Amino acid sequence: MTILSEHFEDAMPDLNAIARQLRFDIISLSHAARAAHIGSCLSCADILAAAYNGGLNISPETAASPSRDRLVFSKGHCAAALFCALAQRGFFSREKLFAAFNKNGGLQEHPNLGAMHGVENASGSLGHGLSLGLGMALASRIEGVPFRVCVIMGDGECNEGSVWEAAMLAGAQKTANLCAVVDANRWQATGRSNEITALEPLADKWRAFGWQAVELDGHDPDTLKAALQEVGTGTRPLAIVARTIKGKGISFMEDDNNWHYRIPNEAEMNLVREELGLS
Amino acid sequence: MRNAFAAELLTLAEENERVVLLSGDMGNNLFNAFKKRFPDRFINCGAAEANMTGIAAGMALAGLLPITYSIASFNPGRCAEQVRIDICLQNLPVIVVGVGAGFSYASLGPTHHSLEDIAWMRSLPNMTVICPGDAVETRCALRAALHHGGPAYLRLGKKNEPIVHATPPEFVLGKGISLSEGQDACLLSVGTLLPLAVEAAQILSSQGIATEVVSLHTVKPLDTALLQRIFATKKVVAVLEEHVPSGGAWSAVAEWLSMQHPTTAKARLVRCGAKDVFYTQGGNAAWAQQLSGLTVSDVCSTIASAAT
Repeated sequence: MTILSEHFEDAMPDLNAIARQLRFDIISLSHAARAAHIGSCLSCADILAAAYNGGLNISPETAASPSRDRLVFSKGHCAAALFCALAQRGFFSREKLFAAFNKNGGLQEHPNLGAMHGVENASGSLGHGLSLGLGMALASRIEGVPFRVCVIMGDGECNEGSVWEAAMLAGAQKTANLCAVVDANRWQATGRSNEITALEPLADKWRAFGWQAVELDGHDPDTLKAALQEVGTGTRPLAIVARTIKGKGISFMEDDNNWHYRIPNEAEMNLVREELGLS
Repeated sequence: MRNAFAAELLTLAEENERVVLLSGDMGNNLFNAFKKRFPDRFINCGAAEANMTGIAAGMALAGLLPITYSIASFNPGRCAEQVRIDICLQNLPVIVVGVGAGFSYASLGPTHHSLEDIAWMRSLPNMTVICPGDAVETRCALRAALHHGGPAYLRLGKKNEPIVHATPPEFVLGKGISLSEGQDACLLSVGTLLPLAVEAAQILSSQGIATEVVSLHTVKPLDTALLQRIFATKKVVAVLEEHVPSGGAWSAVAEWLSMQHPTTAKARLVRCGAKDVFYTQGGNAAWAQQLSGLTVSDVCSTIASAAT
């Protein structure tokens, strides 16, 4: 851990407050830029808040350090959430983000490598991130530069066969510095994840491939942070099945899959401000 | 070619500790020396090319120089999207090696024929496509691809192909190697057809059709200076390739030619290559080449009739 993350641990940041602000930024950004995927962004807000605020060794100051931890964002359709989390963590200003994400501002709705300071990889086609993360974890071992890799992915994303190719190899290679956080919000674009494919029991699937697996409340950032801090202490890669709710935090969005593609109007934005107590 | 690849890889790994080899359950004994010398820098990713490609990209993002190795029909094919996004979009220094390209594994059937891979790889921005003509060029090509520092597809045959170059030629990515002179015709040979091209050119020249042979080892980027020269001076330019018509080297040359306005081209462009079919009957590489007009006599008659 760097001095910076120790500082954060000492300061005991209010992760719930950070996540609440993150939710507000995500929705505001989506509203302003007419960008979709709010529901999926909100389900991973607490995971991102935990990862970027003490869960992982990531900071703007160490963004070029070979020994920094890597957050591989695999569910690329939720780029708005990633960008907001990076802005909140100080990688760039909120104003710069809004300017870039608005129409014709240069930023797209899926992240590219180097699109914004702190973005580690391109994503947008599902099922790529775990392989990338595994490659980074293996590179850490080969080069003898210790760092940890956290891949944030969706449960719908687990439809992709490449996810399980990576899971099998990571199990065989015992890449203990690798962690997969599945944002298990039980929805994918067109229906319930567990009905479209036989996804459950999800944690058991990871265990069967040689991983450690834990299931926890994906909206409890302190528990998520503690789980991330454990990555690398065992002998096997760690899967965190984060049980989440799509659209979490906004009553009329929660568990309503219409918010996979819907964008809030002005009246709905007022309700969002009211519910989050932010403006 | 694959033995030359393995030998050169070992040398390069000695020179650069960032070189890593990933194999898709291939090269059982081929890489024994590499595995023994660098056990930590060899990962057998199993029969899972998509994951192997993503891993290579992740390693490159972390500063390594990975090389992925599998059969040509699988390595760029099975993982086309990973090559496109993970490697090419992120413009990473990963070498994708396809072994057994073209008709090299003809007897294994159409699943193992690799007659579309140039088209797949050539269509990707940032990708360099390299098809060495013999084992000597293979060594040069691997070295050049590694120093190139960006995405590269290295298209190899199998083993025991005839050696054409007695000594290592000057090998520059994007520059064809001219092996002989001749004012009438030019054979642009792609990959393992180089020995056939050399033999055909000798016969044509003895018949009064002076024929230049070029190893067009880099299909992307094309050697446009060379194309300018040969199309302005010859009567016939032929592309020889074990690839379907769509999107291969002939297609690349034809695309370039169609963009020349005003044109200085004097030469007629012809093609000797695989047909637009799946080759489903039994047979070896020689048989498949025969079906495709890729024999010395067929090439000679194609050039002779086009030159007159």
